Amino acid sequence: MLYSFKIATRYLTANRGQSLLLVLGVAVGVYVFVFMSALIGGLAVLLIDRTVGSIAHVVVEPADRDPTSLLDDRNGTLIAVLKSSQQRSTLQSAEAYLPILESSPHVRVVVGKVLGNGFMLKGEAVAPVQITGLEARDISAIANIEANLVAGSTDLMLGTAVIGKGLADTLGIGVGQSLVIRSERAIEQSVTVGGIFEIGVAGVDDTAVYLNIRAARVLLDLPEGLSRYEIKLDDLQQSRIAAADIAGRTGLKATAWQDQNAQLLEGLSAQARSGDLIKGFALVTIVIGVASALLLSTYRRQSEIGIMRAMGARRGFVVLVFVLQGAFIGLAGGLLGAGLGYLSLLPFPPPEATSGAGLPVDYRQGAYGAAILLTLLGAIAAAIWPAYSASRVDPVKAIGP
Amino acid sequence: MSDDALVEVSGLTKDYTEGETVTRVLKGVELQVSRGELVALLGPSGSGKSTLLNILGTLMRPTLGELSILGETLIGADDEVLTEFRNRHIGFVFQAHLLLPDFTALENVMFPAAARHGRERREDKVRASELLDRVGLSDRRDFLASRLSGGQKQRVAVARSLMNAPELVLADEPTGNLDRESADQVMKLLTEINSEDRTGFLISTHDEKIAARCRRQIYMVDGKVADDRQQS
Ligand SMILES: Nc1ncnc2c1ncn2[C@@H]1O[C@H](COP(=O)(O)OP(=O)(O)OP(=O)(O)O)[C@@H](O)[C@H]1O
Ligand SMILES: [Mg+2]
Repeated sequence: MLYSFKIATRYLTANRGQSLLLVLGVAVGVYVFVFMSALIGGLAVLLIDRTVGSIAHVVVEPADRDPTSLLDDRNGTLIAVLKSSQQRSTLQSAEAYLPILESSPHVRVVVGKVLGNGFMLKGEAVAPVQITGLEARDISAIANIEANLVAGSTDLMLGTAVIGKGLADTLGIGVGQSLVIRSERAIEQSVTVGGIFEIGVAGVDDTAVYLNIRAARVLLDLPEGLSRYEIKLDDLQQSRIAAADIAGRTGLKATAWQDQNAQLLEGLSAQARSGDLIKGFALVTIVIGVASALLLSTYRRQSEIGIMRAMGARRGFVVLVFVLQGAFIGLAGGLLGAGLGYLSLLPFPPPEATSGAGLPVDYRQGAYGAAILLTLLGAIAAAIWPAYSASRVDPVKAIGP
Repeated sequence: MSDDALVEVSGLTKDYTEGETVTRVLKGVELQVSRGELVALLGPSGSGKSTLLNILGTLMRPTLGELSILGETLIGADDEVLTEFRNRHIGFVFQAHLLLPDFTALENVMFPAAARHGRERREDKVRASELLDRVGLSDRRDFLASRLSGGQKQRVAVARSLMNAPELVLADEPTGNLDRESADQVMKLLTEINSEDRTGFLISTHDEKIAARCRRQIYMVDGKVADDRQQS
């Protein structure tokens, strides 16, 4: 056995109570680290789950194509392109893309939609609406309408509309009642409310109207083509990669959910930063605790260090003895804190499986390895100053007269 | 310089600086000790005995003067070199035994060898056992140092000083804290080892009886060697 190793362990075991307290102190810091990791990670899972749960992971739309100039630039010609706000971009011959999309990696569901704006009228009441036309079977594929239905059913027959609860309340209507939709193309249609849902996102609940795609085509004057494809993936972390892949295969514009939810991501990263700050403080506490305990120990063992030096122990040997003590404390405290953290987080269900009640901690995101490694490194760093000062003990002073 | 030279000191001067005041404690010590000599170092308190021993033990650097041990000039050598030299060639016995309290008698004796090799070798364990046997403590080898009596601790310290078979052992009042009986026991041990192993000893003491056991006595007064007597 390495001799410095032996001395370090002997010193730690000679003062069992003190070493145990020190290890416990470190473990508490590590516990905070692990708990914060699990909490911040869990909150992110929860928020992403809530947000992304009702939107597409990747949206595929026609590419914005600005006309290319065929004129020679040197002529100094100025080209102005007028883009009408009435001009809608549609995916022509959308069916051709479907097999490509469906066979792309990670793709779970592909839903074709026609979209448009309009108004719903009920007597004197008028409310602006966003019209979504899709195949009846696809109604719950992106946002889970079925699971969030508060009245009626999700059967999208011709002439039925499934609408958000906020919208229904605004217009004061219920299931089975009829009303008129007028589209942006000034086409009117009479529909019956077949179902009312509430997914908890105000922008959707207050304006969304789902129609059968054939009804929507008439209303929006879009006899063929689609406004966009919406895609759900089997792994939402893969969205950007999948979007890039799809864009490459189809030449269409594919946008990942992250790029449409910059605010959410910003919020999450701010949250992660404040979590990091707290974790950083926990580490600093560990470092200060270990350093002060070891410094005290070098002071108490000054005369012993002097004897060792007089007996021919090199300075490096003394340094190693104290650095190893730091390492042992860091490792023991790290393992204990991470272990306790894991055990105490384990009973909490993962955030995506909860209804949002309780603590949204995610035991899978405890960052146990990082906690142990950083604690070990921190404790070693903490030991360097005490170790150095120990190695500078003057044997003559320690021996004394 | 003869091959037999153990310690050669000339013009050795040591100043202590306390704040503004500089005190000259050694004022030009001249001293030659040959291998295998048993030397008592006497003198009034404050005459500089401990200071001289610390300098000879390479634990302290002199202010001026020449110092060589076993023919090696040690003035100006760096700490690593001095540490290594001390480990190989010099043993120490201090007044306050100074063992490592959390280690057993055997581990304490073995320490100088373990510090040199970075581990406790089997042959060192055997030698440490033999040394404990020699100082009459084989039945205490696994006792923690903190559990031994004063006399026992000092005998362990003697065994430890011999661990790396040094040519020179420096003992600063080794019997200062001991009762008459233990003191005699330790002195007997030191004289035995000296005659059997030809280990050179420099023993500082206030005790004339102890000094009388040594063939040579050096008297220090006020930082200088005042008298140097050789018994025949
Ligand atoms: N670290 C120090 N700083 C300042 N002065 C010191 C220091 N150590 C010793 N001295 C002084 O040096 C002088 C010699 O001290 P030293 O310990 O060498 O004497 P000594 O002969 O061993 O005495 P004693 O017989 O009492 O042990 C004393 O006057 C002491 O006060
Ligand atoms: Mg003295």
